Amino acid sequence: MLDKNGIARRIAHEIKNGMYVNLGIGIPTLVANFIPKGIDVVLQSENGLLGIGPFPIAGEEDADLINAGKQTITTVPGSSFFDSALSFGMIRAGKVDLTILGAMEVSENGDIANWKIPGKMVKGMGGAMDLVASARNIIVAMQHVNKAGESKLLSTCDLPITGLRCVKKIVTELAVIDVLPEGGFYLVERAPGVSVEHIRNSTAGKLVVPDVVPEMNPD
Amino acid sequence: MNKVVDNADVAVSDIQDNATLGLGGFGLCGIPENSISALIRKGTKGLTCISNNAGVDDFGIGLMLKTRQVKKMISSYVGENEEFERQLLNGELLVDLIPQGTLATRLLAAGYGMPAIYTPAGVGTEVALNKEVRNFNGKDYLLEHAFEIDFSIIKAWRGDTHGNLVFRKTSRNFNPLIGMAGKITIAEVEELVPAGDLDPDHVHLPGIYVHRIFKGHDYEKRIEQRTVRQA
Repeated sequence: MLDKNGIARRIAHEIKNGMYVNLGIGIPTLVANFIPKGIDVVLQSENGLLGIGPFPIAGEEDADLINAGKQTITTVPGSSFFDSALSFGMIRAGKVDLTILGAMEVSENGDIANWKIPGKMVKGMGGAMDLVASARNIIVAMQHVNKAGESKLLSTCDLPITGLRCVKKIVTELAVIDVLPEGGFYLVERAPGVSVEHIRNSTAGKLVVPDVVPEMNPD
Repeated sequence: MNKVVDNADVAVSDIQDNATLGLGGFGLCGIPENSISALIRKGTKGLTCISNNAGVDDFGIGLMLKTRQVKKMISSYVGENEEFERQLLNGELLVDLIPQGTLATRLLAAGYGMPAIYTPAGVGTEVALNKEVRNFNGKDYLLEHAFEIDFSIIKAWRGDTHGNLVFRKTSRNFNPLIGMAGKITIAEVEELVPAGDLDPDHVHLPGIYVHRIFKGHDYEKRIEQRTVRQA
């Protein structure tokens, strides 16, 4: 089973040289720590930056330089600033190669719900609906089951939808799963020490299991 | 072409009750601190505020919520403050939540003189309720209308007496977009210079969109999430 850093480390392997990538808040933010050396990527922050760098050294924080999670950050050489319309323009136009975000539920046809729980305080969708409606490739980082032990991989989402038929891949503490174009969760890899049976019991939607399911490379 | 006014109080003096305002900023980054303080001193009520966020309890638009000056918020992400939540749950505050890119592009449309845009954001969600859906090249899009804003209030880093503006780093965010969407746009700047001192190639928002400009003071520039690494 993977911890949060393990999920982030596995997703980092999906990032290819030359990509522009948008990382959501939570586990997706951790992915930046695991991008392999020699892989040249540019991270987009939808509040208006291409080229997110590491957190600043204490004392060098700049209130005018934050990421979409409102955290103080730095820039890397070759970065650029722009306004929010251009930021979502490049997202809508499909210029961002990969979007990694969290989810409350994903359905077997790739629908995602991640912005609203009826009856609870609703804070808003921020940029999530724009990202999922336009991104060329979306990877979801999330726990396989919720706190009540119920599967978050469903036949159809119960919670209000953020976007339709958009998720391509899901990485959880248990497995790597591809969403098949014709519908269904295709089991690509098991997390270390996790059985196919465990994954099957934790997946409410249609799980497609090939004859051989390799165990994830822990590195 | 001199757009300079003395201070924030003069700049906001004709904003009436029930006006629709646009306010620049993302979180607490790049918010018009001086103008918000002036609106609180003036006590204008019943305001509709178009702003990506609604501040925190004791800073930004949160201060105007505390004084009960806001009737409605149009934002993409809110609720970083308890007073906001209390007013919302008691039905004292109206809130329209819209996708961040839709918010930005509806402002852009206003500044570009276009009545509406089509965007895929929100298709198949509750955001699409009662909206025209149109299919282009096999993909569905929602019709979203340009905003109409009485007064836009924005913050820039540098500005000149003609109202040309330069923003700094990620404090640019919604500021030029709010700025181009207002019938009247008020800009507060950290540094106000004579016309001719800004390189025309470096202007982010041309002064034609700006009606009043003043030099702000005592900027707090509060950081919402201070994150650092070890040296």
